[in-house]
Amino acid sequence: MYIIVAGGGKVGIRLAEELIHAGNEVLVLEKDPNRAAALGEELGDSAMAGDACEVTTLDAAGVARADLVAAVSGDDEDNLVICEVARCRGVARTIARINNPKNELLFKKRGVETTISATQAVLSQIEQELPTNELIPLLQLHSGLELMEIKLPSTAPVVGRAVRDILLPSESLIALIVDPGGVPRIPGGDTRLNPGDALVVVGRRESEDTLRESLIGSTHGLDT
Amino acid sequence: MKVMIMGCGRVGARMAVSLQTAGHEVTVLDVEPRSFRRLPDSFTGRTIVGNGMDQARLEAAGIAQMDAFVAVTQGDNRNYFGSQLAKEVYGIRRVLCRIYDPNREELFRTLGLETFSPTRLGAQIMVDMLLSSEPESPEAV
Repeated sequence: MYIIVAGGGKVGIRLAEELIHAGNEVLVLEKDPNRAAALGEELGDSAMAGDACEVTTLDAAGVARADLVAAVSGDDEDNLVICEVARCRGVARTIARINNPKNELLFKKRGVETTISATQAVLSQIEQELPTNELIPLLQLHSGLELMEIKLPSTAPVVGRAVRDILLPSESLIALIVDPGGVPRIPGGDTRLNPGDALVVVGRRESEDTLRESLIGSTHGLDT
Repeated sequence: MKVMIMGCGRVGARMAVSLQTAGHEVTVLDVEPRSFRRLPDSFTGRTIVGNGMDQARLEAAGIAQMDAFVAVTQGDNRNYFGSQLAKEVYGIRRVLCRIYDPNREELFRTLGLETFSPTRLGAQIMVDMLLSSEPESPEAV
C-alpha cells in the first residue's frame, strides 16, 4: 500500500517506521521545515516538508495514488481538514488521530475514521476499574462496523439471559465475553450473561444507541 | 435572531456591533480576553472567553439556542472545524465561515459550508478598481 502520514511528531514517526517495516510505501508530511529536515535524516525519501492541509502539498505527495491517508498531528482541526482534503482528491480511506475525545462525534458525522485518542485510552483504562454503563469504542472496522466493549451492570436487562434470546440491532453480534475473573469465552446461543461480564460487541456505528439500550437498558441503569 | 461569533478580531467585533444595531442578540467568543477591547462600550451582547472548538465551552455559551454561527478566527482550519461543529453537532441552521486560503474555501464550499474568502474577493475588487480607473488601460480603448 501507499500510505501518506500527515504529521511528523512522535506518533507520525513511530507509525511510519512500523508501516515501512511491514513493507508499505510511506511518505510523512511535516509542515515545520526544521522538523521535516530532521525527519529526512531519519526516514530518507520517506519524509517531505509541507502542510498536508494544502491541496498542492497533497498533490505533490502523489495523493491520487495513495491507498490511505493517516492524519496524526496534535491538532484535531488540522486532522479533520487533512482527511477532508484527501477524500476530495479521491483517497478512499482516511484515518484521523483525535486528541480531544469529545471531538469524536464530529469526525464520525463527517465520515472520517478515528483512532481512540490517547486521552480516551487512559480514560477507558480507568473506567475498566469502575462499574460503567458506557459503550467504549475499541476499533473502527471497514464498512461502518465498530468493535465496542461494554461492562454489564447487575441491573442490565440481559443479565441471566441466554445469548440467543437477546434481541440486538441488525448486523450486531456479541463476539466475546470476558467474565469478571478475566477469563474470555466465545459465546454460543446457550451462553448466559452474568453481572460484571465485559462484552466485546461488533455493530454498526449508527446503531450504538440501540445497542446500548438492548444490553443495559436505560443509561441511568439503576432504576430498573 | 441569536448569533454567535467565534473570534473577536476586527471583522468579528465589527459584525457584532452591526448585528446588535440591527436588533439581534449577539454572543462573541474569543480565546484571548484582550480581544474584547475591540468592542465599543455601547456593545451590550455577551462576551465569552473560550475556544470555539471546545464543545463544553460552546454548550456553556448556549450554542444550542443559536440561530446563526459565524467563524472568523485567524485560522482557516479552526473556522472550518468550528463551523462543522455548529452545523453537524448542534444543528445550527445558518453557519458562515471565513476562509483566507481561496483553494481551501472552494473545497469547503463543496463540502456544504457557506464560506467567504476575503482574499479572493479582496484581490478581485482591487484588480477591478485598478483597471476601471485607468484611462489608458487596453479595456478602456
